[in-house]
Amino acid sequence: MRKLALSDDILLKVDKPARYIGNEVNSAKKNKHDVDIRFCMCFPDVYEIGMSHLGIQILYDMFNRRSDVYCERVYSPWPDLSEIMKEKQIPLFALETQDPVKEFDFLGITIQYEMCYTNILQILDLSQIPFSATERTWEHPLVIGGGPCTYNPEPIAEFFDLFYIGEGEVVYDQVFDVYKACRKEGLSRRETLIRLAKIPSIYVPSLYEVTYKENGTIATFEPTVEGIPSHIEKSIVMDTSKIGYPEHPVVPFIKATQDRVVLEIQRGCIRGCRFCQAGMLYRPTRPRDVNELKAMAKEMITSTGYDEISLSSLSSSDYKDLKELITFLIDNFEKKGVNISLPSLRIDAFSLDIMSKVQDIRKSSLTFAPEAGSQRMRNVINKGLTEENILDGAGMAFEGGWQKVKLYFMLGLPTETEDDIKGIPELAEKIARRYYEIPKDQRNGKCNITISTSFFVPKPFTPFQWVPMCTKEQFLERAKLVNDTMKEQLNKKSMKYNWHHADVTILEGILARGDRNIAKAIRRAYELGCVFDAWDEYFHVEKWDQAFADTNIDVDFYTIRPRQKDEIFPWDFLDCGVSKAFLYREYERAKQEVVTPNCRMACSGCGAMKYEGGVCLEDKN
Amino acid sequence: MKIRIKFSKHGCMKFIGHLDIMRYFQKANIRAGLDVAYSEGFNPHQIMSFAAPLGVGLTSDAEYMDIQVKTTDSTADSLARLNAVMVDGMQILEYKRLPDDAKKSMSLVALADYYVYPKIEDSVFDNLTILTNQITKFMAQPEILVIKKTKKSEKVIDLKPHIHQFSMDFYNSKEEECLNQCAFFLSVTTGSETNIRPELVVNAFYEFLGREFCESNFQIHRQEVYTQIDGKYVPLGEMGEDIV
Repeated sequence: MRKLALSDDILLKVDKPARYIGNEVNSAKKNKHDVDIRFCMCFPDVYEIGMSHLGIQILYDMFNRRSDVYCERVYSPWPDLSEIMKEKQIPLFALETQDPVKEFDFLGITIQYEMCYTNILQILDLSQIPFSATERTWEHPLVIGGGPCTYNPEPIAEFFDLFYIGEGEVVYDQVFDVYKACRKEGLSRRETLIRLAKIPSIYVPSLYEVTYKENGTIATFEPTVEGIPSHIEKSIVMDTSKIGYPEHPVVPFIKATQDRVVLEIQRGCIRGCRFCQAGMLYRPTRPRDVNELKAMAKEMITSTGYDEISLSSLSSSDYKDLKELITFLIDNFEKKGVNISLPSLRIDAFSLDIMSKVQDIRKSSLTFAPEAGSQRMRNVINKGLTEENILDGAGMAFEGGWQKVKLYFMLGLPTETEDDIKGIPELAEKIARRYYEIPKDQRNGKCNITISTSFFVPKPFTPFQWVPMCTKEQFLERAKLVNDTMKEQLNKKSMKYNWHHADVTILEGILARGDRNIAKAIRRAYELGCVFDAWDEYFHVEKWDQAFADTNIDVDFYTIRPRQKDEIFPWDFLDCGVSKAFLYREYERAKQEVVTPNCRMACSGCGAMKYEGGVCLEDKN
Repeated sequence: MKIRIKFSKHGCMKFIGHLDIMRYFQKANIRAGLDVAYSEGFNPHQIMSFAAPLGVGLTSDAEYMDIQVKTTDSTADSLARLNAVMVDGMQILEYKRLPDDAKKSMSLVALADYYVYPKIEDSVFDNLTILTNQITKFMAQPEILVIKKTKKSEKVIDLKPHIHQFSMDFYNSKEEECLNQCAFFLSVTTGSETNIRPELVVNAFYEFLGREFCESNFQIHRQEVYTQIDGKYVPLGEMGEDIV
């Protein structure tokens, strides 16, 4: 029997020992001596979050299909265990073989949100791997980063040997083949990295040099060795039928956040909301074939035993065969005790009809994400939802028996005025009034409207990458205005308002558009004890404030400074397919409050047409 | 129809708690293609119940789970299908049909056998003749009073009538890679009314010896769970019939 890395004593002392023992259904079992490459895949957050992530399941499945690779997994040890590991000098280990991570060839870290940056350092620290890539030798794995945050990898560039920019299915095979050849030839770590840097979409930060202007902005960004590209283009899968899908995903013993079969129905989004980074990064929209999805759904239920299935995409209502797919799922699985969990769909007759079939109307709620309270503001952010859409949808739903509504908005959007802010509770009021238009004997008591606002953070590769973000005080004033306005309204008793913490938003803003100078502050914050920043109970703003002060980082430079049109951004050396000219054009149209049509209505020339597929060529074959 | 399943739990699976084992079986039954019966309502769930939930950290060769199925294959086929979808450390040992009027196993449990063995060297086991004598003396006491702590209160109980057997023995397990391991064998009252945890007895014995009992140095293993029929103790699995 496999020996565990942790003693019984420790495992019985910590919360949820199942996080650390591996052995899950469908986890990969291989003989580590039979492979050439050992890859440890890491999601730098707690097990239950990491196990819910589709991307890792995709890569884990794909890597383990290769007979020369054994891919294992590791997640952030929760603080209770992390403390014991530090004290007893127990090296961080992979779940499958329970071997130390430092013995692997690769440590792959998926970086899904900025607030996990200190967790990356915790992983390196517990693995006993030096923080700086330049201090590592062949005694250590190559640390490779991937995921959405690598679209501005600069704040964490120092900690990584290399980054993979874009969708993992495309060049990982090349990465493995080049690595194997380099090790066979006995090349140095640096020589190996130079070879890897020649593979498209691979960025090796140590091989590039940045110079700065006197005002702190970037002057130049250049490779320091010959033969590697000065611009790095994302990888993208254009034929979704040619790539595999994890039909036998790993099933955790303990309840994960996403504890169900997840079917990815398409990548990308046609909508072009101007605040949305994912909507720009994953262009063009590429649907999966509906018949393939049906077969996958069946296989995944059989292989996992899950009693729930959900669909994943940025905008499921835009998937053309949605009706066919959902009807299939209901017809085939509902009777077998499998629940269909619906993604947020646009509320219309169709979605209400299927929702009433798969959910208990009295308990379930309707979700609208208008993102902004006024039509003017929605035009600025290019959110195509109108007040009429919302009121019609809500009205239909109310008449169908629903009474709970959730509304999602952002505060602190560019050009936002007092009227826009007040528009948020006012919209909620109109929805409430629509509910009370239903005769008393036909409705079911009070309606229940929950307003949630998050604070807007400008992200790289969006039309708003140039804009200053609000200060903490400005954010909180805006939230207060929403709250005060709501409390003066007639139907205030049918409403509830939740807002986000402002401190964590400011930090997210610094990290999102930061440059290489930020690395020292992240390192300092970790030294001061920051970890699990994404968890309210572990987020300590005062420690971060001290970290920035100790490392002489001017926070305002990254957050509230207006950026010039021609400023070189830290992420400008990356090419995500969408041109900077398009993004600026969209920024100008935002200021003029002009809506840009979605990709199916008209092409706006974003640049993603160069990939020659997906929605760009729809109905053109 | 009602089915009683007996399974063993070894190795790292001892860290998976009872509720997660239930969730594990809900999925395993689907993977194995059993024709399980569901409850009614918007969130139907499999009809399933366990005899005596096992604590985290314990291993077992006798866990009992009752399920309901609409139709079933033979015992041999069902065992093969279930075992094909188990993880390391879980093995299905029996699959038997219960009479339709069978009561829930939880209410029937009366007794359980355990092995308690040291994970690190323990000098109590240095001389087995002496140890056997000491156990005899321990059991010869008129009463064995211990303080039993529950969530709400502490009360003094007499263990003696609840210890049906206490002896020195050897524990053998291929799964745990432990052969001829010196162990205590215990047969104690179990069930919803009175439930004697084996470590309570061993602790009392160590106190009797004037030694300190450190629970974390021991592994507890459940060997069998019984019900009482006509004054006789019968393993729960024997209440069902193999399906041919």
